[in-house]
Amino acid sequence: MTRPVVSHAAQVLAHVPGLARHGSKPSRELPRNAEVLQQFLGSLRSFDEAVAYLPHQAYIGAIHPRELPARPWVGASPPASRFTPGGEIMPEDEFLGLMACLDQFGLVTLDHEVADLAAAALARHPLAKQVELDRLGAAAGDAEAVAGEHGSLALHIDRDRLAAGFRRAHDADDALAAAVLLENLACKATGTLALLHLVADHGIDPDSIDYVISCSEEAVGDRYQRGGGNMAKAMAEAAGLGQASGADVKNFCAAPVPAVVVAGALVASGVFRNVVVVGGGSLPKLGMKFQGHLKHGLPVLEDVVGGSAALVTTDDGVSPVVRLDGVGRHRVRAGSSNPQIMEALGVEPLEQLGLSMLDVDDYGTELHNPEITEPQGSGNVPERNYKTLAALAARRGDIAREAIPQFVAERGMPGFAPTQGHLASALCYLPHAVRRLTSGDANRVHMIAKGSLFLGRMTQASDGMSVLLERNQASPVL
Amino acid sequence: MSPVFDGKLVIALGERDGVAGPAIAACAKAAGNEVVFSATECFV
Repeated sequence: MTRPVVSHAAQVLAHVPGLARHGSKPSRELPRNAEVLQQFLGSLRSFDEAVAYLPHQAYIGAIHPRELPARPWVGASPPASRFTPGGEIMPEDEFLGLMACLDQFGLVTLDHEVADLAAAALARHPLAKQVELDRLGAAAGDAEAVAGEHGSLALHIDRDRLAAGFRRAHDADDALAAAVLLENLACKATGTLALLHLVADHGIDPDSIDYVISCSEEAVGDRYQRGGGNMAKAMAEAAGLGQASGADVKNFCAAPVPAVVVAGALVASGVFRNVVVVGGGSLPKLGMKFQGHLKHGLPVLEDVVGGSAALVTTDDGVSPVVRLDGVGRHRVRAGSSNPQIMEALGVEPLEQLGLSMLDVDDYGTELHNPEITEPQGSGNVPERNYKTLAALAARRGDIAREAIPQFVAERGMPGFAPTQGHLASALCYLPHAVRRLTSGDANRVHMIAKGSLFLGRMTQASDGMSVLLERNQASPVL
Repeated sequence: MSPVFDGKLVIALGERDGVAGPAIAACAKAAGNEVVFSATECFV
């Protein structure tokens, strides 16, 4: 059995203010009130503002979350780049173009001018050679006419400029309605973009990838199998991973950690050598808390869809090891309170390995950006998790009770991820974890994710999983 | 029976990072109330 490692990771955002109105909450609220619609449109951020937003820079790996200054982060405009080694923030015109390039079923009809803009911009993109840009010509047409068809959606850029029509794929199948397919195509495009960066930015041979596991949230299927799945293979195909197959791991927001564990197990067992975990973005969550943002005079902060990808491979002697003997799971009988869940995920696996909670340098938990969640009354999720973990450390005797704030400050971090569910659940920290564990700045990172299963009304239970990543002892200190 | 909920039917809404719906429902039942609905929600 070989030890699995996480060798590389990539993380992307697509800034899509024009699509924010298609988020679940705005799509229900905005049509009912023209005044609120105008307020919403007037509160959308420019691309430059989205790039300069420091939590976004932390998400694409330009800065570590602990380097974030004190809030507010809105309004600050430090010099910032859209690209990092292993990530980017893509503007909406390019993203619409990318979606059109990845659309195999004539769902997207781009306005001619927008198609030209997107084609010119994408042609200058570092990954242009990996995308079939000639598809943009075929996707251009009478966007206004398509948007006006029964069952179609109108897509916008520049706040309120019609940019595309988006067709449904079936006249009677709700699983193939335009709104569902838009969610799925946005997910496919962000996941594919993350895969393209993972492979190209790190010099990975696309044909070396054996298997792709998607932990994305969207349900791909038809009315006979609504969550049929395999977004993974759709993304692998789109990213040119010609020798790969794939499958999806679904577990609400907790899915990334089981996906990493399954990938590690496939590598450790020798079934596959190179397995990629990928997560595409969640369009329904755009604008989810816009009412709180508008109420507090903030811009609509949920205006990005994210993507994340990481390579799990055989031990290279350098990259952080996936400790398959350090996996925590939330058992059926474990209890559902937050301390009980955190005990199962954050404490028990360490105890199994004879480690204390101080042996972990970074806890990567649910890292939702509190500047997004607090205005709507949802509180500071990461801080809550870190305080729970610190309290458990104090109860164990690992730290004194007075040291709880220090534990939170040193081993926790501010939330920096957009409220994209699974992407905020530990997965967003993976690029930082790989960097710190490879450089020797950290020895152990505990990845902890939770999922709200009860939302699907099949159980009152939640779930969660954790996995310990550890510095490869054979690696030199760089 | 709890004087606060005396004679009342209970709708128990839990929060994922706080107290789950079934836990609230169990407390209400233990206090002698009838729980007509219980669920947990996620607000992030």
